[in-house]
Amino acid sequence: MANKKQPVDFEALLSTVDAAFPMVQILDKDGKVVNKDIMPDLSDDKLVELMEKMVWSRILHERSMALARQGRLGFYAPTAGQEASQMASYFAFEKEDELFPGYRDIPQLIQHGLPVYKAFLWSRGHAEGSQYPEDLHAMPPQIIIGAQIIQAAGAGIGLKKRGKPNVAFTYTGDGGSSQGDFYEGINFAGAYKAPVVFFIQNNGYAISTPRHKQTAATTLAQKAVAAGIPGIQVDGMDPLAVYAVTKQAREWAIAGNGPVLIETVTSRFGPHSTSGDDPTRYRDQESFDYWEQRDPLIRFRNFLTEKGLWSEEKEQALIEQTQEEIKASAKEADQVPKQKVSDFLKNMYEEPTQVIKEQIATFEAKENK
Amino acid sequence: MAQKTMIQAITEALEQEMERDQDILVFGEDVGKNGGVFRATAGLQEKFGEERVSDTPLAESGIGGMAIGLALQGFRPVPEIQFIGFIFEVLDSIAGQAARTRYRMSGTRSLPITIRMPFGGGVHTPEMHSDNLEGLMTQSPGLKVVIPSNPYDAKGLLISALRDNDPVVFIEHMKLYRSFRDEVPEESYTIPLGKAAISREGKDVSVITYGAMVREALKAADDLEKEGISVEIVDLRTVSPLDIETIIASVEKTGRVVVVQEAQRQAGVGAMVMSEIAERAVLSLEAPIGRVAAPDTVFPFGLAESAWLPNAADIADKIKEVYNF
Repeated sequence: MANKKQPVDFEALLSTVDAAFPMVQILDKDGKVVNKDIMPDLSDDKLVELMEKMVWSRILHERSMALARQGRLGFYAPTAGQEASQMASYFAFEKEDELFPGYRDIPQLIQHGLPVYKAFLWSRGHAEGSQYPEDLHAMPPQIIIGAQIIQAAGAGIGLKKRGKPNVAFTYTGDGGSSQGDFYEGINFAGAYKAPVVFFIQNNGYAISTPRHKQTAATTLAQKAVAAGIPGIQVDGMDPLAVYAVTKQAREWAIAGNGPVLIETVTSRFGPHSTSGDDPTRYRDQESFDYWEQRDPLIRFRNFLTEKGLWSEEKEQALIEQTQEEIKASAKEADQVPKQKVSDFLKNMYEEPTQVIKEQIATFEAKENK
Repeated sequence: MAQKTMIQAITEALEQEMERDQDILVFGEDVGKNGGVFRATAGLQEKFGEERVSDTPLAESGIGGMAIGLALQGFRPVPEIQFIGFIFEVLDSIAGQAARTRYRMSGTRSLPITIRMPFGGGVHTPEMHSDNLEGLMTQSPGLKVVIPSNPYDAKGLLISALRDNDPVVFIEHMKLYRSFRDEVPEESYTIPLGKAAISREGKDVSVITYGAMVREALKAADDLEKEGISVEIVDLRTVSPLDIETIIASVEKTGRVVVVQEAQRQAGVGAMVMSEIAERAVLSLEAPIGRVAAPDTVFPFGLAESAWLPNAADIADKIKEVYNF
C-alpha cells in the first residue's frame, strides 16, 4: 500500500499551468530592452506619440485630483501608474473598435473621442457627460463591475455578424476578474469566437482587498484557459510590451480566431477614488516605493531619451499645453446648462407614458418658475 | 382563420417578424435545435440558421449582456430566459443596464431588446421556476412589461414588442401556453403596448386583472351573470406602463372594483392599480376596492399550488362582497 501511486499528480497540474503564463516584458524598469525579438514595429514618430499620450494621461490625472480637491469634480478614480496599461493598450485600437470601459478608464475613453469636458461632466454627475455622439464607439464608464465584460462579448458577437473589421475591447481590474460576469463574458466570446480583447488591469488592489485574496490562481491571465481562449500576462508598466501584445491580440481576434484575455500587471500610485479612500490603511510604504520605481513614464522616458527622441524641454512644453487644455475643458464643463428633471423624464422611453407626461408637466411648471 | 394555442401564436409572431426584419436575433438556452423547452422557438433555427437563432452557454447574465452588446450593434435581440425564476441572475442586465441606457445616454442610444420568459402557476414546475416576478420588473422605469392572457393577444403584443425601440419584458404564462386555442389570423397584426382591453363588458363591478387571472375572472363573471351581477373585465395586457385611462373609465362606469393578481399581495401590480384608482377616481367608488391575490409566501411547492393560487371562486366571492357593500 505504501508504494501505491496516486492517480493524479496535483502539484504537477498546478505548476504546469503556472509555467504557461510568464510575464511578457520588453523594457525593464530602467528602460533597457530585455527582449528585442518582440519589439513592436513602431516608427520614431509613433514612439513619441505614445509617450505623449502617457504624459497627457498623467497630467490629466494630476489635474483631476486637483479639481476634485477643489470640489470641481465628483467621483474620480485615479490613474497614475497605469499609463502603460491604459494608453499603450489603447494605442493598438482603431476608432471604430467598440470600447467598454470601467470607471477608471477615462483616459482611453477620451482618446477614443469623448471630449474632456464631458468626462468632467460625467464625474460631476451631469447627464451631458454620457450624451455620446453616434460615431463615438463606446459606452459610458461602467459602474457595475463586470457588466462591461458581458456587454463587450455581445458587441463582439455583433461585430462578427456584421462582418466588420473591428473588435470590442473592455477593461476591468483584478477584483473584476472575480465576478461571475467576467467568466460569463470571456466564455460567451469564446463560444461564439467573437472578436473581443479583454483586459484585466491588475493593479494589486480592489479598493483595499489585495490581489492574493481574490483568487488562488497564480496569474489572472490563466483564467482564460477554462474559456478555451489565449490568456497572456504582460508587464503593465512596460508600454512596449503592452502595446505589442495588444496589437497581436487585436489581429488574432479580427482574423476570426476569437477573443484574447490580457492581464496587465500594474499599480495605482494613489487611492482607489477621491471619495475618501486612504491607501495607507492597506498598503505599506515599501509597496508604493517598489511600484514607483517601476513607473512606466520613467522607463519609457529613459528609453526614448537614449534614442534621442525625448527631452525634458519637450516634456515640459507638453505638460504646460495639456494643463491649459484641461483648464479650458473644466471651464467648458462649467458653462453647460443645469440639468432638468423634465429632460430625464423625456429620456425614459421613446414615447413618454401617460404618468410620465403628467410628471413632465409638473416639473416643467417648476422649472419655468 | 385557424385555431391556435398561445405557444403557436408566439412562434408565429417570431417567425413572421424575423422574416420581415433581418436584425432580429433569437438566442437563449436550448432555443436552437430543441426549439426551447416549451417549443416557442421551434423550427426557427432550421428556417433562419444559426447566425440568427442560437443556443447560448448556460448563463443568464451572459445572455443579458449579449443582448445589450448586440443591440448596440443595431440588432433587435430577442433573448429567452428559460424560466422567470432565473431572472435574478440577469437582473442587472435587465433593470440595471438595459432599462436605463436611453436615460443614461440622454436618448443617444436605445436598446430594442425583447426579453421573453415563461412564468406562472398551475403547471407544477420544480421550485424557482414559476414565480410571479412581474412586480420586480414594473419597478424599473425604462422597461415595458407585457403579459398576454390569450393566443390572439400574444401574437399581436409580441409583434409590437419586437418593433418597439425600448426594452420589453415579455412574460408568458405557462398555464396558458397550451390550455386553450383562439382564432389567430395568419397575417401579421399588432396590438399596441400600454393599452388594456375590455375582455367583457359589464355595468356593476369592474375586475382589473391580467395574465392567467383573466380566464379565472371570466369564469367568475359567467357564474355571477346567473345571479344578476354584471361584471366588466379589464385585461391590462401591459402591466407597465399601465393603461390608466381604460382603468379609470371602467371604474367611473361601474363604481365598484376588484383588482386581481396571481402574484403575492404585497407591493406589485395590483397595489399600483389600486393606488391609481384611489388617487384619480375615489369619488366614483361606491365600495372599498376589493383585492384578490396570492398569500404573502414564496411561490408555493408544486403540490400546494391549487391551494395557493387565486381562482374563479375567490374572485366571485370578492366581487359579491364589493357588490353587496
